[in-house]
Amino acid sequence: MDTGTLHIITLVVLMIFLGVELIGHVPTVLHTPLMSGANAIHGVVVLGGIFVLAGAHDVFSLILGTLAVIVGTVNVVGGFVVTNRMLEMFKKDSR
Amino acid sequence: MNDVIGISYLVASISFIVGLKYLGAPATARRGNLIAAAGMGLAVLVTIVGPMFGASTVVLPPLNLTLLVVALVVGTVIGWIAAQRVQMTAMPQMVSLFNGMGGLCAALIGILEYDHALSMACEVCESCTEMSLPIQHMIPTLAGLVIGTVSFSGSIVAWAKLDDRLGDRRFANQHIVNLALLTIIIVVAVLMTMSVVVGSAPLVILLVLCLLYGISFVLPIGGADMPVVISLLNSFTGVAAACGGFVYDNQPMLIGGILVGSAGTLLTIVMCRAMNRSLLNVLVGAMGGTAAQGVTTASGGSVKSVTATDVAILLAYSRKVVIVPGYGLAVAQAQHVCHQLEHDLVARGIDVAYAIHPVAGRMPGHMNVLLAEADVSYDRLKEMEDINPEFSTTDVVLVVGANDVVNPAARTDTSSPIYGMPILDVDHAKQVIVLKRSMKAGYAGIDNELFTRPNCSMLFGDAKSTLTSLVAELKNL
Repeated sequence: MDTGTLHIITLVVLMIFLGVELIGHVPTVLHTPLMSGANAIHGVVVLGGIFVLAGAHDVFSLILGTLAVIVGTVNVVGGFVVTNRMLEMFKKDSR
Repeated sequence: MNDVIGISYLVASISFIVGLKYLGAPATARRGNLIAAAGMGLAVLVTIVGPMFGASTVVLPPLNLTLLVVALVVGTVIGWIAAQRVQMTAMPQMVSLFNGMGGLCAALIGILEYDHALSMACEVCESCTEMSLPIQHMIPTLAGLVIGTVSFSGSIVAWAKLDDRLGDRRFANQHIVNLALLTIIIVVAVLMTMSVVVGSAPLVILLVLCLLYGISFVLPIGGADMPVVISLLNSFTGVAAACGGFVYDNQPMLIGGILVGSAGTLLTIVMCRAMNRSLLNVLVGAMGGTAAQGVTTASGGSVKSVTATDVAILLAYSRKVVIVPGYGLAVAQAQHVCHQLEHDLVARGIDVAYAIHPVAGRMPGHMNVLLAEADVSYDRLKEMEDINPEFSTTDVVLVVGANDVVNPAARTDTSSPIYGMPILDVDHAKQVIVLKRSMKAGYAGIDNELFTRPNCSMLFGDAKSTLTSLVAELKNL
């Protein structure tokens, strides 16, 4: 295994622990917004869509690449907006 | 310029971590969401603009650039409008749909990367029979493709089920079929990574198998367990995104994906714990499967029906009232009139609280969101552990469109499919009034013996109109 792969594996393991640590003690009330927020964050997959579309040469990859960027963007934008809408409602009663 | 890209990616990765952290506390949740969103914006911007500057300038062909901009705009508009328009009651299925979009994106990336590797290999080898694809590239590509596709079709089924477009479907030996499908998928994927089988045909076969598996995996899982499934599929998509991070050696994808993957898995387990069920139990789908046994228990008894006037009088002369809101309240959009009733009761000096079951509604915390929308004060919302000891001193419990979460069978009847699920002990109160449209069973599809208890009466009708008439009757007293 080369050092690059080893670095990535180290990063992955650390992130797994961090992910568990971050939401270990979340109140039930916030489960839905948290799930929705996490849902928006994995929309980062849209970067992959940008890479494939940027490198697309034929019609097949141009079409699928465009589709990938569209659905990825829907995931990101929709995810963050819907989470924000949910949390706006919580803001009212914390006055 | 590479440094700028690298540092921007670092900032984006940190924003995901901080965002997720802030999302976990009520006071900072909104800020957390905005921080993560800003980080995401930065990552996307840098990914597009970054390569255009710097020493080794990469100029995108105009067609690709145009399509890229168009795709970003179209995706933003669709996502924005969908998220703004969705009713708060329909939010769980919206999240599921967005999750499916992420899965689809990961799947498409997998297809295109495999296709790309295929054409690269074709250029160098003369006879395509001995073609081999780089294995270290194929592992994350195909893993992302498999997980993304399963997450996509699974999320679509979860969406359709939550949206009542699709019921529970099961056939004999479903688990064995699912297990067999999963095994075949793994075998085909492994053979493809090792280039034992190469080409478009195995790719199509793998895709079809993954789509089928996603469907047959979610289809039999019964009603009340759907939030767990969405949470699980959410973490699947996270892992699929992380696979993309491997393929492109891209840090934000890797970090964001893995974070969501691990945090999402933990969230799934926490949700299961709130329902006192194991993840395995949910996935094997014990709930729907044994539902038929529970049905006979309560149908023998008879239920008492009362009028809104009776209930209004009862409420007016009680000291302590607990409202148990359920999904019925949400679908009837009755949260505002419910708040009105609470307000009028409090004005009469009656102690009013809301008892929130962890899985009331369709997702944990869903009911809190709905009541918060109706301006219900945060400190009137009591969680299950806090309110349960108080039921014995409560005069009237109003169950508004909730069913399974107040079913005493969960405590007593070992044959019941919901046995062991923690419930709200409303039957301990002096009087229980159940507001319900009909005697139809709840989401878990089983009868509720609470309804035939001596201290329980039914007030039939749509939650919104019933509550409205209660408010009116109360004013007349």
